[in-house]
Amino acid sequence: MEEYVIEMLNIRKEFSGFVANDNITLQLNKGEIHALLGENGAGKSTLMNVLFGLYQPEAGEIKVKGESVKITDPNVANDLGIGMVHQHFMLVDTFTVTENIILGKETSKAGVIDIKTAEEEVRKISERYGLAVDPQAKISDISVGMQQRVEILKTLYRGAEILIFDEPTAVLTPQEIRELIQIFRTLINEGKSIILITHKLKEIMEVCDRVTVIRKGKGIGTVNVSETNPTDLASLMVGREVTFKTEKTEAHPTSDVLLINDLVVKDARGVEAVRGLNLNVRAGEIVGIAGVDGNGQSELIEAITGLRKAEKGSIKLNNKEIMNLTPRKITESGLAHIPQDRHKHGLVLNYSVGENMVLQTYYQKPFSKSGIMNFKQIYDKARTLISEFDVRTPSEFTPARALSGGNQQKAIIGREVDRDPDILIAAQPTRGLDVGAIEFIHQRLIDQRDNGKAVLLISFELDEIMNVSDRIAVIYEGEIVAVVDPKETTEQELGLLMAGSKRQEAGEETNV
Amino acid sequence: MSSRMRNILIPIIAVLLGVLVGTIIMVVSGYDAIAGFQALWNGAFGDIYFTGEVVRQVTPYILAGLAVAFAFRTGLFNIGVEGQLIVGWVAAVWVGVSFDLPKIIHLPLAILAAAVAGALWAFIPGYLKAKFRVHEVIVTIMLNYTALHITNQFIRTVLSEGKERSENIADTASLRSPFFENLTEYSRMHWGIFIAIICAIIMWFILEKTTRGFELRAVGFNEHASQYAGMNVKKNIILSMVISGTFAGLAGAMEGLGTFGYTAIKGGFTGVGFDGIAVALLGANTAIGVVLAAILFGSLKVGALNMPLEAGIPNELVDIIIALIIFFVASSYIIRWFIDRISKKGAK
Repeated sequence: MEEYVIEMLNIRKEFSGFVANDNITLQLNKGEIHALLGENGAGKSTLMNVLFGLYQPEAGEIKVKGESVKITDPNVANDLGIGMVHQHFMLVDTFTVTENIILGKETSKAGVIDIKTAEEEVRKISERYGLAVDPQAKISDISVGMQQRVEILKTLYRGAEILIFDEPTAVLTPQEIRELIQIFRTLINEGKSIILITHKLKEIMEVCDRVTVIRKGKGIGTVNVSETNPTDLASLMVGREVTFKTEKTEAHPTSDVLLINDLVVKDARGVEAVRGLNLNVRAGEIVGIAGVDGNGQSELIEAITGLRKAEKGSIKLNNKEIMNLTPRKITESGLAHIPQDRHKHGLVLNYSVGENMVLQTYYQKPFSKSGIMNFKQIYDKARTLISEFDVRTPSEFTPARALSGGNQQKAIIGREVDRDPDILIAAQPTRGLDVGAIEFIHQRLIDQRDNGKAVLLISFELDEIMNVSDRIAVIYEGEIVAVVDPKETTEQELGLLMAGSKRQEAGEETNV
Repeated sequence: MSSRMRNILIPIIAVLLGVLVGTIIMVVSGYDAIAGFQALWNGAFGDIYFTGEVVRQVTPYILAGLAVAFAFRTGLFNIGVEGQLIVGWVAAVWVGVSFDLPKIIHLPLAILAAAVAGALWAFIPGYLKAKFRVHEVIVTIMLNYTALHITNQFIRTVLSEGKERSENIADTASLRSPFFENLTEYSRMHWGIFIAIICAIIMWFILEKTTRGFELRAVGFNEHASQYAGMNVKKNIILSMVISGTFAGLAGAMEGLGTFGYTAIKGGFTGVGFDGIAVALLGANTAIGVVLAAILFGSLKVGALNMPLEAGIPNELVDIIIALIIFFVASSYIIRWFIDRISKKGAK
């Protein structure tokens, strides 16, 4: 009989009446990579938090190496050899790699931290698992991929046998993802076991041995990866048929709607984040901006939409200069914007769905007249948009806060598209959403294009960029370094471009 | 339980708890609690004169409460109502003593002066917040002291020649009402109560019905989304403080043109502005809530004066009860938790 290192049997977890985990079973073999697949809100994180001791299950049993255990807090989990690499790294920026790794478990001599021994230890572990990191480097000086290695080292330093990775590839470039997969394999060879939380089917197919699917809090089952395919997995996860390739016809771009020349924008610290950027978006096409987070995307969008002052250059919308106008003037010129952070910028969460639907247009007729709001008109409009964009909400009077992320996003998209903008700027429009909502939103972007409007899509997900865009502009350190045709490029080429290689080199490397 | 019901229930429970704990304190200190509450009631409603005094006290409370509530609804904490009230008071009296005009011009002018003075005094923290992100709480607290001492100096030098108080205002600038005085056996009740109630309606109207109110509340909830939606965040922050200060200045006019008819050098704050924070809090920052809370606090304040006379209980006990009510409102989380528990049990 096969020995499981971890068994979570019939786990049930409730939050004041809401069942987050209902009878879920997950069994982890020694030395396997086991994927935990599910839509957002399906209960993946809850299940892992139960395993990590942050929540206590109402029913069910957890066994570690065949023995029944009670994991009352994360320290117990640590002692049992369970380690977790969180999606958002928990590192102290101003500390060195070693200092971060030993934090909470410091080696000391007579009360004084013994950093030498610790560094030696870190070096040993990193060599053993092929995790090349400089133990003396400061966290703020190393790349995101390196920081993730530090997180992995942290768990290994604490003697973890079972590693949980929560969406580890979300922040990485394609090259870094390759390296991470290599690291996974080394870990397995050294006798570790891995649980991988993800909703990226491609990764599961590539590295995992088995996959446990959960849907709406219920365990759907566990399948061997070798006996399944992405389409089946997706239908298991969503509960219905899913198409992956977004269906779209050839684009017929016409004249420039948005034209950006030599744009320079400084970030909050006063450093130039956008450095002489040139870009054009034509009517009837979707231009995707590919790039690793932090290469000036946010500053670019903020400058276009008027939320941030640009230093120099020019931004023309329909041949009219809009640079450094107020957001309202820019909006009125025919620009709509699906913001990257819907809670911060997109919605007033305490306002009702209806009030949010007129957040930019409340001062216009028919929503108000001589400064007096006409709530009847506002809520009539809201009802139309809610049904048209399939926003699932109890009513138009419900506070936006009470909606799920996907429905909040649909509400924003409804509001922005309804204004019939000449250009729609969509910044990470599907971040954190599940497959169904993603499909819907992509289709809306394409509809917009087919209606002869321009769309500028900014995303860190290469799949999304490749699928939806008609042209891809790669941004690197505040400049567009290449514009490519999605049909004539590969993820490898894009990845290299995003990491700063020149077009030609990138082409050569992928040809080898 | 609907959130609306809950919003009404919480202040009521807070008041009851405050009274209950106040009773315990009275009993423990060896006073007759029943006689105490009887005296409190009689002191507020036992005589038409006292009721007139209650209305007189309620008037500035409503306006001070509106000032705090308006700012709060738009995301700002105006601790400076006291200072704005003081400058409003002095400005109203200054106009009241300096001009010789027919009533139809003089009285509105004096009221307007108070409103403008309060608005200007609140403009300072609003501007600093909008322009330099200086926290309004710190600025408004400091401006309370500044207002106190500047107005004292103003009274000494401009409104009098080195004296302690100004002259009485001209009759043409007075809010005093012979009608109400006759009705309430010569209490100091004056026409200002109508101004206070009109202001409550104005606040409700601005916040709930106008595009300006839509913007102000949006900025209060989420500055970033408001900016994204094309609203002018800075302008709205300043405007919110200015409107709040206008209400506070009017509260000062009630004292200067109604209750007292003059202004005098103050050794300390009037307390009305600070009580306005409690009024707004108990009234859940809504116009109608502020009016109701002001009536409660006004009754308690005036009725308390009767407690030492009739029951031999120090009127400081009422201050303790008021403080307890505020405490229970502020800790409404606990009450909410209890309500939820009880209504849940009922559902099971």
